Formats: sequence, structure tokens, C-alpha cells
Amino acid sequence: MFETLVLMLDATMRVSTPLILAALAGLYSERAGIVDIGLEGKILGSAFAAAAAAAVFGSAWIGLVFGILASVSLAMIHGFACITHRGDHIVSGVAINTIVAGLTVTLSMHWFGMGGQTPALSGDARFLEITFPFADALRDVPVLGLIYSDLLSGHNILVYLAFLMVPVTYWVIYKTRFGLRLRAVGENPHAVDTAGISVAFIRYRALIVCGILCGLAGAYLSTAHNAGFLKDMSAGKGYMALAALIFGKWRPVPVLFACLLFGFLDAVAIRMQGVVIPGIGEVPVQAIEVLPYVLTVLLLAGFIGKAVGPKAIGRPYVKERA
Amino acid sequence: MSQAKVPAWVNVALIPILNILLAFLVSGLVILAIGENPIEAAGYLIYGAFGYDEGIGYTLYYATNLIFTGLAVSVAFKGGLFNIGGEGQAYIGGLGVGLICLSLDHTMPFYVIAPLAIIGAAVFGAAWGYIPAYLQARRGSHIVITTIMFNFIASSLMVYLIVNWLKEDGRMAPNSRTFEENAWLPYLHELLSPLGIDIGDSPLNLAFIWALLCCVFVWGLVWHTRWGYQLRTLGTNPTAARYAGIDTAKVTIWAMLISGGLAGFVGLNEIMGVNHNLLLNFTAGYGFAGIAVALMGRNSPIGIILAAILFGALYQGGAELAFEIPTITPEIVVVIQGLVILFSGALEHMFKDRIEGFFIRRAVA
Repeated sequence: MFETLVLMLDATMRVSTPLILAALAGLYSERAGIVDIGLEGKILGSAFAAAAAAAVFGSAWIGLVFGILASVSLAMIHGFACITHRGDHIVSGVAINTIVAGLTVTLSMHWFGMGGQTPALSGDARFLEITFPFADALRDVPVLGLIYSDLLSGHNILVYLAFLMVPVTYWVIYKTRFGLRLRAVGENPHAVDTAGISVAFIRYRALIVCGILCGLAGAYLSTAHNAGFLKDMSAGKGYMALAALIFGKWRPVPVLFACLLFGFLDAVAIRMQGVVIPGIGEVPVQAIEVLPYVLTVLLLAGFIGKAVGPKAIGRPYVKERA
Repeated sequence: MSQAKVPAWVNVALIPILNILLAFLVSGLVILAIGENPIEAAGYLIYGAFGYDEGIGYTLYYATNLIFTGLAVSVAFKGGLFNIGGEGQAYIGGLGVGLICLSLDHTMPFYVIAPLAIIGAAVFGAAWGYIPAYLQARRGSHIVITTIMFNFIASSLMVYLIVNWLKEDGRMAPNSRTFEENAWLPYLHELLSPLGIDIGDSPLNLAFIWALLCCVFVWGLVWHTRWGYQLRTLGTNPTAARYAGIDTAKVTIWAMLISGGLAGFVGLNEIMGVNHNLLLNFTAGYGFAGIAVALMGRNSPIGIILAAILFGALYQGGAELAFEIPTITPEIVVVIQGLVILFSGALEHMFKDRIEGFFIRRAVA
């Protein structure tokens, strides 16, 4: 029983990692007032770029750089539309998701000709698991041994990075000058402008951070969690991260728990496949899969707590003209 | 900025054409980048879409779905609502059609099933739009997020229903049994052949005519009724609408009901018209494509028909193109679609303000 739980929590960590990275990416963007439903597209774009570059250069790290570059470029298109040209944030996000969905398949067909996949990665082209010191030796220690060697040890570096990004984000958002200004442009851009700080510049920088984090999420999917790019491999993770961002009320630590909850539900759904619970019968997998979305809808509707987003979110900032 | 001095054709024709040209230009660059000739590709695409009877039939069949989802997005848009859930509403609308057909095809004739299926599609689609609308109007949750979530919920629900309840016994394929023929929407080529008109074999069916009727309906409803006026007021200025005594919550809910119902009609075309059984993922992204269609068509029914035919041509021509030049995948059409959304939606101000400024300055001078 205990071993099953550890295994499920271990799976939870793996599944949650891209959610945590993407949800934190969304946090930077949305806290600065830019709605980002393009998380999905950025993840997918980065997953493709990372896998393609890793396959060509044989290095996961070079793949990661390309993944981040792709994702940041997409974020900059979003910024160009939403910040510079005051376009609709949602429309721009939909555009980015659509373009990436088509472009990744088109390019991978052209470059690799494998029906929209990239070649399978192995060795240095993937982020491999890191085994903590003495992990094998300590496995037999009751309780703690299993937690140490199976739950904490044996993940790839991006998993640890994702969890590390939570306190980092907390610090950046709440304890630095950039974070203060970032939150201010999301709540009251006018005040920031009055103080002589460029609203557009802050928002662009927030989007760059957002792009980098989505880039990590995408690279994780294709070069760490899986061994290559598959068509539509982001499979709604960007939207689920968005849900987690709302579920965590746009705050780093609650967002982490929302991601872990959604990841855990995913792990449960996989484990419950075909399992008959006495008295209830077989719980349909779909019912568990759908829980993150249902919970988010309920939260947004104010049935379980209340989620209030940044005040100036989704609104383009126009300097007052005489 | 006074809109009055900008000639009407600038907004209705020039800017949309400019946007689509830009989208095509960028797509052309993509095709160039993968080492193919964009002019040659465009040639195959146009021939595939319009070059022969069957191709035209396919183009209009794709356009049928896009008219439904385009209208759905635009009705909500008119009320200032972004219905991104057309995909889910279309999916559930198809469930409505499928349930009617599966339960009545052994006992009822076509002329009973068809109107009931239309009602089924509308009611199921509208119901899926109702919940997000209610939550937006009465509980203040954001409709974009809720409709996105409802797309995923619809998808899981359909998998559950089809795999566990509606799947044909003893078969592996996740779809229902095939309907009896009296629950099929007749193909247009079958209807026209007794009249001596040959339009080639294509999936184009009666749903296309229904789509055109829906355009007339939306045009009348939005521009020629008191409710339509309320809807447009809400979309232009919600504060003014409330001040004028319009029940904005009620208008919001009705706008989404109509929007969802229209999206649900995709099920009519796909389930009753072509596949003749209830299957997974028949919506194939038409709900999202509807956003591009509505943006392209400037939210007017005529514009939506034209934009739907354009995108229908891209779908059909794209398939032809992929057949002729195997290095180009049909997904290139998705790229073009995304670029259209980008240029005519997200970047609409990029040209609009400059062009309008140009015409205003010229008018003043």
C-alpha cells in the first residue's frame, strides 16, 4: 500500500512538472496583465524545437536552448500583437496555438519525414535521471528509504528545476523591484506609467520570462519525459496549466499545489483503469480525467472559494492623449 | 476618430483582403522554406478546391461546418462574448443528432427524424453553451476560461458515452452502429441527379442548405429585431446597455444559447449527413476554425459565407496539394488558418489605424 502511494506520488511529480513550469509561465504573463491562452502553443513549439535540435546536435542542452528560443519567439509575437498593437489577447493566443499546431507537423515532415514525429532520442540527446548518492543503498531503510530513493531521487534535472522555480518565482514576484512593478502593471498600469516606468517594457519582459518557462516545459515533454516529438504532444497541458493558474489564484505556492493535485488526478486516472471498487463498481477513467476542468469551473463560479484575477488583465494599455 | 469619413469599402473589403494576402504571403514563405514552389502549390490548391465538380462539392461540404461555427462565434461576438467553446458545443450537438437518429431510425420516416434531429442538435449544443453563459451572467466567471474547460469536459463525456454505452456490441471501433438510411440527410448530388444536373459525388448534403438558411436567420435576428439591437448594444457598450434598461444577463444567456445551437448543427452535417454513425472527434477543429471564419467575415452572414468557402477551399485544396506534393502536409492549412487569425484578429489594428488615418486625412484635405 505504502509502496503504491510512493509510486503514485513519483508519477505525480513527473506529470506535474510541465504543468508547474507552464503555470508559472502563465503567472508571470497574467500577473503583468497579459492573458495567455497561448501556453499550449508555446509548449508544443518548444517541444518540437527541442526534440529537433536534440536529434540534430545530439545534445539535450542544445535542444533546450532551441526550445526556449522557439517559445520566447512565440511569446514575442504575442507581445507584438497584444502590447504594441493593442490586439485582443485571446485572439492572439488562439492564433499562436493554431499556427504552432500546423507548423510543427509541417516542419517535422519536411525535416524528418516520419509522419510528424522526430527521430527517437537516446543518450546525451535526452535529459536522463539523476540518482542521488546512496539511493540504492538506502532503499531498504523503512519508509524514509523508499521516499528518498524512489520519490526524491531518480528524476531528471528539469523536474528539480520546475520545483525550484516555485520559490524563485515567489521571490521574484513578491520580493524584487521587478516583481512589484510586474504586479503593478497587472493591477493598475496607469500608476506605473505615472511613475515614469514603461508599461510596455515591463510587459515584454514578463512575456520573455513566460516564454523561457514554457520553453522548459516543452523541452521536458520531448527530451526528458518522452524520447522525441509527437504530433500534438502537448495534448491540452497548456490549458490545464491555465486551469491550475486560476485554481491557484495566480499565486506561486497555491499554483504549485494545484499542479500537483491535477498531476495526482492524472496518476490516479491511469492507475484506476479497469479497477473495480467494491460497492461503487468501475469508476470511469474519464470522470477522473475531467476533474481538473470541473473543479476550475466550480472555483471560477465561486462555488468553492473565489478566484479574482489581476485587475487590468486582458486590457491593452493606452497612454492618455491630450 | 470619426469613422464616418472612412469609405465603407475600406472596412468591408480592403482591410480583410489585405489581411488575407498577408497571411497567404507568410504561408508562401513557409512553403518556400520547405523547398517547394508556392505558386505551383497555390495552383494545385485552387484546382483541388474549384477545378472540378467533385472538388467544389467537397469545398462546400467543409464550408457547411465552417458556416455553422463561424455564425456561432459571430453571434456571441456581436454581444461582446468570446465563445471559444464551439468545438465542445458542436461535439455535444452531434450527440443530440446521434441519439435522435439511433432511437428513431427503425420506426420513423425521414421527414419526422430530420426536424427532430435539427432540434436535437440545437438543444444539445445550446445546453452546452448555457452553463458557461449562466456562470458568466450570474456568477461572474469568465466565459473564455469556462468554455475552454467545457471543450475538455465535452471531449471526455463523449469518449465515456460512446465507449461505454453507444458502441456497437462486439466491435472494437469506438463508434455507434450505422443509422438506417431513412435517418441519412440526402446528398445534394442524389437530389439533383433526377433533375438531370450532375455535380459529381461528394459528401455535400442538405445541411449546406440549412447552413444558408441559418445565415438568413442570423442576419434577420441580429440586424432586424429588438433583441438583435439589444445584443449589439451589449457588445458595443455594456454600460450603456445596462443604463438603457437592457437585461444584460438575459441577453448574454440567449446569445450563448443561439451560439451553442448554431455550433451544434455541425453534428447535422457530420453525423447525419456524412458519417451516419456517432463517432469520436468528428468536430476535427471546426469549432476553432470558426473563430478564423468569423474574424475574416467581419461577423456578417455574407462575409461568413465567403470566408467559410475560402477556408473550405483551403481544406479541400490542401488535401489535393498534399496528394500532389507529398512533402507538404495538409497541416499547412492549419498554419494558414492561424495566420489569418493572427493578422485579421490579433493584429487588426496594425493596418486598420493607419489605413483609416490615411483616408481620414485625405477626406479632410
